Amino acid sequence: MADTADTAEPILELKDVTLKFGETWGLRNVSLDLYPGQTFIIFGAAGSGKTTLLKAVIGLVRVDSGQIKLLGEDVTQMEEHELFGLRSRVGILFQEGGLFDSLLVGENVEYPLVNQQSSAKEGDSQGEEEVECRVRETLRFVELEHTMEKFPSELSGGMRRRVGIARAIVTNPPLVLYDSPTAGLDPITANTIMALIAKQRDVQNTASLLVSHRYQDGEIMADFRYDPEKKELLAIPEEARVSGANGTRFVVMRGGEIVFFGTRHELEASDDGYVKRFVRHEG
Amino acid sequence: MLRFLTTWIGSFQEYILLSGRAFGNIVREPHYYDDVLIQMDIIGFGSIPIVLLTGFFSGAIIALQMARALNTYGASSQVGSIVALTLVRELGPVLTALLVTGRNASGIASELGSMKVTEQIDAMRALGTDPVQKLVTPRLIATAVMLPALTVVADAIGLFGAYLVSVPLLKIISASQYWTTSYQALVMNDLAQGLLKPLIFGMIIALVGCFYGLRTTGGTQGVGRATTHAVVAASIWIFFVTFLIDKIFVNL
Repeated sequence: MADTADTAEPILELKDVTLKFGETWGLRNVSLDLYPGQTFIIFGAAGSGKTTLLKAVIGLVRVDSGQIKLLGEDVTQMEEHELFGLRSRVGILFQEGGLFDSLLVGENVEYPLVNQQSSAKEGDSQGEEEVECRVRETLRFVELEHTMEKFPSELSGGMRRRVGIARAIVTNPPLVLYDSPTAGLDPITANTIMALIAKQRDVQNTASLLVSHRYQDGEIMADFRYDPEKKELLAIPEEARVSGANGTRFVVMRGGEIVFFGTRHELEASDDGYVKRFVRHEG
Repeated sequence: MLRFLTTWIGSFQEYILLSGRAFGNIVREPHYYDDVLIQMDIIGFGSIPIVLLTGFFSGAIIALQMARALNTYGASSQVGSIVALTLVRELGPVLTALLVTGRNASGIASELGSMKVTEQIDAMRALGTDPVQKLVTPRLIATAVMLPALTVVADAIGLFGAYLVSVPLLKIISASQYWTTSYQALVMNDLAQGLLKPLIFGMIIALVGCFYGLRTTGGTQGVGRATTHAVVAASIWIFFVTFLIDKIFVNL
């Protein structure tokens, strides 16, 4: 499906995944293969199944039929208690951040590490200093190291979202699920957040599923790459953009079904009236 | 009526399933010892002032009322044994449990309810933590351990309150007579039900609080509703279970 796939095993495979809520389709025959370093930007109207898809991937909602293979394990065949270990290997950013309001920012970011430790066998666990060091490093990555001792309620919406990103990536997961990371934020903060997501992708070769309502979010992921030397996002060459060489693909959903899958170039060239609504046209 | 019954049975089934998972987690890894200690501090140590006050006044009030009634029959010397039996068997466990219900079942339901409506419970599941293991089991252990301890404190301070009324205030009985009759009135059966009750009440309080908290829907109003339901349900269950245990122990 993707050009970057080559010989690597897919991180996530969905085959004919279907879920119905009463008479409404939550997901309808959804099939996807996501490889390391790839990003799928998911667009769709409200209720089209975007968040349901993210939740189904980690078994937070159970599907009616089809197969979901995450990191080589079949989510659809696993019991709830078996899923906890698998989920702890995936990062997730909730739309509202989903931060624990009774924990400090530092403790929130530390949570997935401590959680992994408590389920790890003795000898595999990291020391306290190592954990703190990793938390600081991750908060520095999202430029919020100074907020470690604050409660989430003391931060602005954009800062909370960045803490959410820090918590999602602190364990360096191979896959991160972002649910509307820029929803309700001003354009400057939204671009900062997208830059962080692109940086994480390029520094760690992280695969992502990103639900969004902003076309610019997809543009940043498709047209830019993070340069670790210059420490900034640089535009990729035109021919690489057209071929979608950096692995960014656009998915458009309607009524739980995937109605478009392709590169940014293909998305902009689409004639479908519904698909065209998610493309920002110049002029 | 049928719909109400179906809903009630469905809820009770969910409650039993939650209880089963919470008990099962006691022996399943991972264990959150820190959370157990934190909850013991909140539920146990935090409830001491109110338990001391209530225990003291219940003992003192029973002594005042009994002194008058017993005097009619010329049996004032029995005030110690009556206070001891009433407190240890019934009032100590039930009053302490009702106080802890008001204080902690509501606290647990509102805390978990707020977490539920702000998607923190979902976030916990998504991060790979079992919310029942992390939130319910520590509260279950903490309440089941601390409530019997609090009841012992309430019983002791209640006996002391009754002593102050009977001996220095009303002077109807001597100190040694009061303590001897109180001590002699209690047999193993009384102590057993006096400690078994708070153990079971503790489990009820924690599980009912968690159950209503975790099924909260409907925003802040839902949190308020969950809190009210938790306190009402836990209180009713406490009276019902007291009745059952009394029935069993009376026949022993």
